[in-house]
Amino acid sequence: MTVTASFLQDPDFINAAYIVAFGLFIYGLMNLTGPRTAVRGNAIAAVGMAIAVVATLLDSRIDGNWELIAIGIAVGTAIGVPSAVNVKMTAMPQMVALFNGVGGGAVALIAWAEFRETGGFEGVALYIVIFSLFSAIVGSISFWGSNIAFGKLQELIPGRPISAPGQQAINGALLLGAVGLAVAIAAGETSEALMIGLLVCAALLGTFVVLPIGGADMPVVISLLNAFTGLAAAAAGISLDNTALIVGGMLVGASGSILTKLMADAMNRSIPNIVAGGFGGGTAATGAAADLEGKSVRSTSAADAAIQLSYASQVVIVPGYGMAVAQAQHAVRDLAKQLEDRGIEVKYAIHPVAGRMPGHMNVLLAEADVPYDQLREMDDINPEFPRTDVSLVIGANDVTNPAANSNPDSPIYGMPILHVNESGSVIVIKRSMNPGFAGIENELYYDERTQMLFGDAKSAVGEITEEVKGL
Amino acid sequence: MLVTNLAILVLAGFVGFAVISKVPNTLHTPLMSATNAIHGIVVLGALLVLGAMHGGFVTKLILVVAVTFGTINVVGGFLVTDRMLGMFKSKPEPPKQVEEGGEG
Repeated sequence: MTVTASFLQDPDFINAAYIVAFGLFIYGLMNLTGPRTAVRGNAIAAVGMAIAVVATLLDSRIDGNWELIAIGIAVGTAIGVPSAVNVKMTAMPQMVALFNGVGGGAVALIAWAEFRETGGFEGVALYIVIFSLFSAIVGSISFWGSNIAFGKLQELIPGRPISAPGQQAINGALLLGAVGLAVAIAAGETSEALMIGLLVCAALLGTFVVLPIGGADMPVVISLLNAFTGLAAAAAGISLDNTALIVGGMLVGASGSILTKLMADAMNRSIPNIVAGGFGGGTAATGAAADLEGKSVRSTSAADAAIQLSYASQVVIVPGYGMAVAQAQHAVRDLAKQLEDRGIEVKYAIHPVAGRMPGHMNVLLAEADVPYDQLREMDDINPEFPRTDVSLVIGANDVTNPAANSNPDSPIYGMPILHVNESGSVIVIKRSMNPGFAGIENELYYDERTQMLFGDAKSAVGEITEEVKGL
Repeated sequence: MLVTNLAILVLAGFVGFAVISKVPNTLHTPLMSATNAIHGIVVLGALLVLGAMHGGFVTKLILVVAVTFGTINVVGGFLVTDRMLGMFKSKPEPPKQVEEGGEG
């Protein structure tokens, strides 16, 4: 292809376009921190990205392989669009993990290609080599870590913590291995086996770090990996001397770190704690379960639940992952409507990590047209429970477990919970007595004020609604 | 060149810290998802390296996969965020004018 030097291919023009894109990224992110402006913020950032991509394609250094570029973009679009458009709201969290992973994978692959193109970084400035290898390690960690997170959330891999004895030592050895190989390459070794070894060490490290992490900690881990991918992209930007990558990557690296901390704070967990071991051993879990021996649960019927709800003056609905899985949000809205028509005050208690992601429940309930002002955040609703007649827990488990407040041996001790056990009575809709995602027993179910309604959330709520109508 | 780039890196870091100060819990996931889409900017790196290279088949293949991955990250990331944020869209108004979400 002949390259006609034109105004559009002037590096200054391309850099100016990048600057416009940065402005849009930053403005978009600012808008994304407020509920009213968030949709617009995302669109603004997307426009920034479109400008950056088009400007890059004008770059005169791109002088061939157009058909390969077209194939890559076409295949990526053909995979990305349908998966984003068709993914169920319940599967949203793992989708984010997957999209994050491929970003990290792209960074690692670029570094690998650079290594091959330059014959093992022969004659390349040392700092470029260092940043490139850094991006390879972090990108590979992020790719595999995100894939494991996806597998866990999609339940392809058990969600429970999985770890081998001496895990920390193995992880340490893998990190040392990756860094050691990087040092050898930077020192002038040109064998490709070293580069592949480096990518594999980082891949195993990413896998082993995420495997032991279970339950409610997963969103924080995905956010952390997101920040990692950002840093890897920024490092790749320095090695490629591309300002757009540096700014875009670093924006994500920095804002992603803050966001990770905000999320961890919302759950009262510390990031080192999460990464070091997740919801640790089965020992603590069985210890907690032992106390419950000899206690029994009471089960109830839809008709009975309907009566209790109909004669309450305030009902708080506590949705969780069970509601998401059963797609019960519309049924829940119908029930709430019936109750409201009887003059009952209905509120929704939204735990920050109910479901599998912060905001998961809000998304689902908004889809069912539940008014935004009925959704109460944890700190708002907790003082209301003593005044609440009936709490209806729909497929939420760990976020209601009083052990988090009362049992220092419990693996979730210290996590803020919804104080449903303070309300007059509690009805729990649940498929079975299986423990929740964190793999621990819930003392709430054994409370004398609690009644269990076993069944699929959608059909159980539907039955209650029918009974309420009949009263 | 290195020093300039490092300066840009540091400044971008401060901007990133400053932009995210106080975020309601509800917006944590969409914000994560949007920043996730932004690091899809790596697709630019993949495009530049692929467009300028004359190497062998394997290297080309690696880079095509990198472009594909980067594109998935960008396109999927922004679309998924938009769907998540559906909850903040104002309730269906009388459909006087149909607005299309301009997606990049």
